[in-house]
Amino acid sequence: MNLDSKIPEGPLENKWSSHKFNMKLVNPANRRKYHVIVVGSGLAGGAAAASLAEQGYNVSCFCYQDSPRRAHSIAAQGGINAAKNYQNDGDSVKRLFYDTVKGGDYRAREANVYRLAEVSADIIDQCVAQGVPFAREYGGYLANRSFGGAQVSRTFYARGQTGQQLLLGAYAALSKQIGLGKVKMYNRHEMLDVVKVDGHAKGIIVRNMISGEVSRHAGDCVVLATGGYGNVFFLSTNAQGCNVTAAYRAHKRGAGFANPCYTQIHPTCIPVHGDQQSKLTLMSESLRNDGRVWAPMSADTAKQIREGKLNPNDVAEDDRDYFLERKYPSFGNLAPRDISSRAAKEACDEGRGVATTGLGVFLDFRDAIKRDGQKTIEERYGNLFEMYQCITGDNPYETPMMIFPAVHYTMGGLWVNYNLESTIPGMFVGGEANFSDHGANRLGASALMQGLADGYFVLPYTVGNYLGEQGVAAAGQVTTDHPAFAEVEADVKGRIEKFMSINGTESPRSFHKRLGNIVWEKCGMARSKEGLEEAIKEIQALKKEFWSNLRVVGDADSLNPELERAGRVADFIEFGELMCRDALMREESCGGHFRVEHQTDDGEAKRDDDNFTFAGVWEYQGDDTDPQLHKEPLIYENVKLVTRSYK
Amino acid sequence: MEKTMNLTLRVWRQKNRLDVGKFVEYQLENISEDSSFLEMLDILSEQLVEGGHEPVAFDHDCREGICGMCSMTINGMPHGPENGTTACQLHMRHFHDGQTITIEPWRAKPFPVIKDLVVDRSPLDRIIQSGGFITGRAGSAVDANAMPISKQIADYAMDAAACIGCGACVAACPNASAMLFTAAKVSHMNSLPQGKAEKDRRSLAMVTTMDGEGFGGCTNIGECEAACPKGIPLDMIAQLNRDYAVAQVKNFFQPVL
Repeated sequence: MNLDSKIPEGPLENKWSSHKFNMKLVNPANRRKYHVIVVGSGLAGGAAAASLAEQGYNVSCFCYQDSPRRAHSIAAQGGINAAKNYQNDGDSVKRLFYDTVKGGDYRAREANVYRLAEVSADIIDQCVAQGVPFAREYGGYLANRSFGGAQVSRTFYARGQTGQQLLLGAYAALSKQIGLGKVKMYNRHEMLDVVKVDGHAKGIIVRNMISGEVSRHAGDCVVLATGGYGNVFFLSTNAQGCNVTAAYRAHKRGAGFANPCYTQIHPTCIPVHGDQQSKLTLMSESLRNDGRVWAPMSADTAKQIREGKLNPNDVAEDDRDYFLERKYPSFGNLAPRDISSRAAKEACDEGRGVATTGLGVFLDFRDAIKRDGQKTIEERYGNLFEMYQCITGDNPYETPMMIFPAVHYTMGGLWVNYNLESTIPGMFVGGEANFSDHGANRLGASALMQGLADGYFVLPYTVGNYLGEQGVAAAGQVTTDHPAFAEVEADVKGRIEKFMSINGTESPRSFHKRLGNIVWEKCGMARSKEGLEEAIKEIQALKKEFWSNLRVVGDADSLNPELERAGRVADFIEFGELMCRDALMREESCGGHFRVEHQTDDGEAKRDDDNFTFAGVWEYQGDDTDPQLHKEPLIYENVKLVTRSYK
Repeated sequence: MEKTMNLTLRVWRQKNRLDVGKFVEYQLENISEDSSFLEMLDILSEQLVEGGHEPVAFDHDCREGICGMCSMTINGMPHGPENGTTACQLHMRHFHDGQTITIEPWRAKPFPVIKDLVVDRSPLDRIIQSGGFITGRAGSAVDANAMPISKQIADYAMDAAACIGCGACVAACPNASAMLFTAAKVSHMNSLPQGKAEKDRRSLAMVTTMDGEGFGGCTNIGECEAACPKGIPLDMIAQLNRDYAVAQVKNFFQPVL
């Protein structure tokens, strides 16, 4: 497996600009001869499809929802980082770069992160030009707020709906190109496999989710922007449809999968209420600007609260443990996500948890309301407070919110080089689907930044470079008549037939839930060698059961959510095993990956830089053979590896 | 402690676009009041699958009230009886034990039923494609703070941009008008300085497309505002009417479209 990262030569600050100069260009008149396939219509996919079409390429864009505007980027709440330094508080490209590398616990690729920080400012300009209604001050200039893991105020936001507004910006740009005929949009189409011709990605096989028709699509290259794999845990903050299928199918066709064990557990989600639950809801990290996180000092007090005998507002100051402020005084309630999540788990493990299940801590706005008045708090977080009340029935202005960590984002993904090209030539991967920028932990407000950086400012260059290298004579030469398409299409159809013909007794949803339980218990917030080995065995057993006892009702040639879920769960099961293998291999704790064997005396993550400063990239070897591990060494020339401290 | 309830559901079942469709009754037991409405439907689905029947097809995705995918009329009201809420954010505590709940798809001619509760809302996308954008090619933007925008205008634009494109306004309107949807986008973009260059073109093109897609006219009934999960106000329609009238006059003297 070729893991040449293709990081350009030269000093960090000049890499991207010199690379842009050195990349191949395609003459504007020739661009219309090329056809680019983009899978996914979120921030990365939508922005890439729109930008490539603006340049003159023909684009086909696919999404499983009924409209590109519904991609799950839309649910991001808090904000987007950019090194604008509009607050004059010491921000710079270098500081955003440094914060992001440190936030990722020194497991990201320096050159990629620097480029991300560099283009971050352009993203804000671009979005404002598109009419994204960012929050503004009375003077008319853009407002900022703070997010975790940073000591400057660099987060731009649109109330609690930043992801929505950014996505609608990309959607508007995409819509314009659809209207002009430069982008052909395929809604309610699910990508089920990738087609390679002479080793290069030249097309995909999709299923029309309404008619059930399986069809072939050929292009000069393929861009995957298909999001993360958080739903492997069954319960997560992801949308119901989010899945790993496109990425995992590509993996099975030769794309290396990097760092699957890097999953982010977000500290501020609404606690689980019972076994009928289908998803977890995030409460934006921005709330930690004003809310104080605490648990009762004693297990006894916690018990009284759980049983409803004690109102949390009546808990005396001495009996409140503001554990983030206590443990991490310099970052306080804005400690990064991995650290805050573990601290909350620790409090609950000690029996000091609240909520009916004992799996919850408080996020309290009492002091902020006293200080700034309810009106100000309402202006800042009104919609989030309403959402909380709608879900829980509690009014957070009166009684403290309860929160608990939940799976939120996945830093791992398909391996890509500096050009965002996977180990399959001609297959590019953007946004959450790739692995490159966040290392072992993502800082708040960085996902939107990365998705849009990839979509607006990186892929439009690097895809052009690839097409230029292929030469204009190659444009449009591969068609769906090529035998490779027939072969892959037959595989896809065979798989669908298999799902429909098992005729067992258990629903796809039930298998999904069982898989989620295994990985959450054993590959969730705390992982151990023993637990992971058990998990791998359990998942293998589950896989056997799945393929012999699955029941899919309905038929394959009409809208069938059961069939859709069956396909996704089949891939999640195999992927879950890969994730556990990766977690087992990584004998250290870093970022979101916490191995109980590797911790300091005070319970902090203990990295092993001598042995694990690499990206772990897995190569698929066949269904009955263990995947092979490859390593891309991470070389730090500009940042000194130190123990990550937020104390 | 957790309270549960037993329910009777009357659900619209329709195999495909051409099928006639009918209400089918189901009994559900032990639904937690903390469950969301869609989680209640998940339980129904599992129950149906267990019996070897096809579950009810319905659109849903984010389940946090922002993607706009969920679309069902509950007891005659799009997204159900609670104000300012999408179906996915509606919780069972707003219902009571023994209640009968009627669930049907969006009813509007431009939104044909695909299956059960799933409808085709692509006409809304086409309205946006005709003009619901501010042209700002990637790479061409000036510095974000180059042009101050008063907080008042930015807030107004944000109020309008909060639309999630679910189509409840159309489903609620006796005329199946898409005026509130179109007005929200027009108001968002026309109010910002960045959107001024294409203002007249946008107003004309979007209204023309809206009419062409078969949506009805607006007769100021106001059901749309009541059904909107994001509280888009009726005033925005007034804004659209003003902008459209101005654009028409200008277009008469100097065509913009």
